[in-house]
Amino acid sequence: MYEIVAFYLFSALTIGLFLITVMSKNILYSMTSLAAGMVLISGFFFILGADFLGVVQLVVYVGAVMALYAFAMMFFDATRDIKEKNTNNALVFLLGGLSALVLVLMFAAPIFSESVQALYPMHEGVGNAQDVGIVLFTKYLVPFEVAALMLLVAMIAGIILAGKKMDVSLTEDMGADDEIMIVKDEK
Amino acid sequence: MENLVYIALFAPFIGSLFAALFGMSERKIFVGIVGSLFIGLSFVASATLAFNLYTTGTVVHVTMMDWINAGDLNIPFGFVVDQISVTMMTVVTLVSTVVHIYAIGYMDHDKSFNRFFSYLSAFVFSMMILVMSDNFAGLFIGWEGVGVCSWLLVGFWYHKPDQTREENPSISPSWAANEAFIMNRIADLGMLIGIFILYWNTGSLQYDEVFAQLPYLGETVLVTAAIALFIGAMGKSAQFPLHTWLTDAMEGPTPVSALIHAATMVTAGVFLVIRSNPLYSMEEVAGVSFFIASLGTFVAFYAASMALVERDLKRIIAYSTLSQLGYMFAAAGLGAYWIALFHLAAHAFFKALLFLGGGNVMHAMHDELDLFKMGALRKKMRGTWIYMTIASVALAGLPPLAGFWSKDAIIETAFNEHTYILWAMLVITAGMTAFYSFRQVFLSFHGEDRHTPLGFHPHEMYKFVLVAMSPLAVLAVITGWFMGSYKAFIYKIGETVQYEMSDHTHHLATYLGLIVIFFAISGIAYAYYKYARTGENAWQRSEKVENGFFYKLLANQYYVPKFYEEFITKPYMMISEKFWTQVDLKIVDATVDNIAKFLYGSGDKTRSMQTGNLSNYLNWMAVGAVLLLVIAAISAMIG
Amino acid sequence: MMIGLSHYLIVSAILFSIGLVGVLRRRNLLMLFFATEVMLNAVNIAFAAISHYYNDLTGQMFAFFIIAIAASEVAVGLGILIVLYKKYGSLDLDDLASMRG
Repeated sequence: MYEIVAFYLFSALTIGLFLITVMSKNILYSMTSLAAGMVLISGFFFILGADFLGVVQLVVYVGAVMALYAFAMMFFDATRDIKEKNTNNALVFLLGGLSALVLVLMFAAPIFSESVQALYPMHEGVGNAQDVGIVLFTKYLVPFEVAALMLLVAMIAGIILAGKKMDVSLTEDMGADDEIMIVKDEK
Repeated sequence: MENLVYIALFAPFIGSLFAALFGMSERKIFVGIVGSLFIGLSFVASATLAFNLYTTGTVVHVTMMDWINAGDLNIPFGFVVDQISVTMMTVVTLVSTVVHIYAIGYMDHDKSFNRFFSYLSAFVFSMMILVMSDNFAGLFIGWEGVGVCSWLLVGFWYHKPDQTREENPSISPSWAANEAFIMNRIADLGMLIGIFILYWNTGSLQYDEVFAQLPYLGETVLVTAAIALFIGAMGKSAQFPLHTWLTDAMEGPTPVSALIHAATMVTAGVFLVIRSNPLYSMEEVAGVSFFIASLGTFVAFYAASMALVERDLKRIIAYSTLSQLGYMFAAAGLGAYWIALFHLAAHAFFKALLFLGGGNVMHAMHDELDLFKMGALRKKMRGTWIYMTIASVALAGLPPLAGFWSKDAIIETAFNEHTYILWAMLVITAGMTAFYSFRQVFLSFHGEDRHTPLGFHPHEMYKFVLVAMSPLAVLAVITGWFMGSYKAFIYKIGETVQYEMSDHTHHLATYLGLIVIFFAISGIAYAYYKYARTGENAWQRSEKVENGFFYKLLANQYYVPKFYEEFITKPYMMISEKFWTQVDLKIVDATVDNIAKFLYGSGDKTRSMQTGNLSNYLNWMAVGAVLLLVIAAISAMIG
Repeated sequence: MMIGLSHYLIVSAILFSIGLVGVLRRRNLLMLFFATEVMLNAVNIAFAAISHYYNDLTGQMFAFFIIAIAASEVAVGLGILIVLYKKYGSLDLDDLASMRG
């Protein structure tokens, strides 16, 4: 019962919020609705029993990624509307509508394969986080390490792209050294 | 023994490569010396092989390597040294050696001296392949090789420009070279068809295998093969109607004419017929053989008639070559193959001697060849005079020189076969031969001195050249005396090559011989009466004679070259030009160009898709993705 | 009515199309990134749903890695966005079309 209500509520809200994200002319509204939509998506994950995934979604997406976007917002005046020209509305809505239609039709027809074998089946009695941990650190170890490396590289790339005046050290105190040098000369 | 075969075959090739290294340099005399040495080495090897064959009688077969091995087709590079090929080998290498040494002296002022020796040795190599091969494919390779080398050598002075037919009947060396090559090519088609027919019906191209299967083939096959092979021989040996190239080939340097167009290449056709004598001596092919003999006789007469009025020294000798080739074909066509081969050898010696002597005269007269401008040269060029007289006596067929024995044998054969018309024509031609060869000798060496008033200062050729020519003179004299032992030698090949006169002919032999000698001497006497006298009886040009109908007909070669030009060359050029402009340019080139234009145009138009605008690209991506989705959905529904 | 797999998949499809519309409509680079995030999240829902209904952990693993990749993509993408803004002074796609063919 609760699941049905939660599902329909979450899906209605998510669709509405993402519509605002995509259609709004104000960047602040767009970003805020994106963040809210992501929170609701983590709700979906919790309904589906993927607890760990839901928490990760909240922490990474809503916490880190949206923060990044918020910093990027500094380039704009949040009160003004973004002017966008020559959007071919007909083509866009046609494509979007067509893809939605086709996909929905494909998923609505209840043709599911019966002979799909679970590759890494869930274990009963074990919590989702434990289950994920076991699989992640044994079967998926190599992709895990590679993803870590990739995040490191992305971080460094981000620093380099966005940083300025990186040849001057920000931590050393230049003034103190000069004073000592001057005193030495005076002696 | 096998090493001797390889030496005989490849020594000229090495000499050619050696000379080719210096092809772009200026004249270096050691190139000529080394070239001559290699050919001489080949001659020594050939002579040793000949001696070995003569004493022991063992035929040497050598298979060098497999060449074509595709399914049932097996053609190796093989060489055989039997009586026929060893005769050709010795003749070719001996004359080639003399010509090489001669060329050192003759081409001394030519700046392409090295290139000449390279071509000349390459020619000898091709000719050796031709005569030494033991299969038709190797023969054809040599055939083509000598054709190419002949083209290279006739067109040696390629930079000489084209002249009109009135100024120079051969137009230019490059034109003459092209004419020779193209005519040979036309004939080669026949030869190839003949080879194909033989292969198709016998499954092999080796001589012994093909000839062994001949008795089992049908009549049409035999006749077609014989005709086709003879067409090839017609081109190479310049029989009518493929004869015009031989006189035009005189545009090449004289050593080339001596070697190629007297002794070796033009005899390749006769060699082919002699080599294929099992085919031509079969009953079913008798009609073709008789046709060969008749054509040969006709050509002998035809060429001799044109030589009667010719002014150009080398062209007279060329006509005489054509005439003697006709004699050889007459003998081969009548079944006397060994006589044809013997005449081939003897003719090679005295004809080469004639050409080389003519070259001496030409060199002395600074490339002037008009007989009407010479006269009384014997005082200044004694050696050449003696050589040319010896050669002309041999050519005229007076005993005891070589020409008498071989030519007389051929004329006797015609009598023996009861083909009296052929016999009569051959006898008359013998008279004409004597007349025109001595006309040439008398006009150039005897009579009044016409050259000094025109400013010529002739001098004799270098001593070493005259010494080099001496073996040919000796052979021109003595070859006939060995006819008997040669007959015994060549009979060892087999029955088909043998030919004996009937008893009836034997009784009449002396009388027949006397008839021929009578015609020859009367020809010489008439020539002397007309041309060799001095003083008030000296010969002078006569307007009346030169404008007479027959004179003009003969001087213009019966208008045959003109006929070829009007009715074959010009229409063909027109058709070629039409094909070039209408078909090649407009259709073939246009198709290729249009494909390129289409691709270029389509690329140009789709270039507008690259706007640089990310949004635009995303649009295209979405279109593609949705399209694929739709296709997947539809195929899932159908499937 | 029981919520079946098709319900979740339909929701995911609708969200994906919304994201697609956003990607095609938006001319501002930053807002284009927002629409891309929408698409990624929609796909995540689909993966988690399939994982739940087939009792297979593979779907959740995939979703994890998509989240990781999206995070690093945002980092680098925003870095590039900053550089582009410094160079061209605007974030409108029509002004950034310097690679025309």
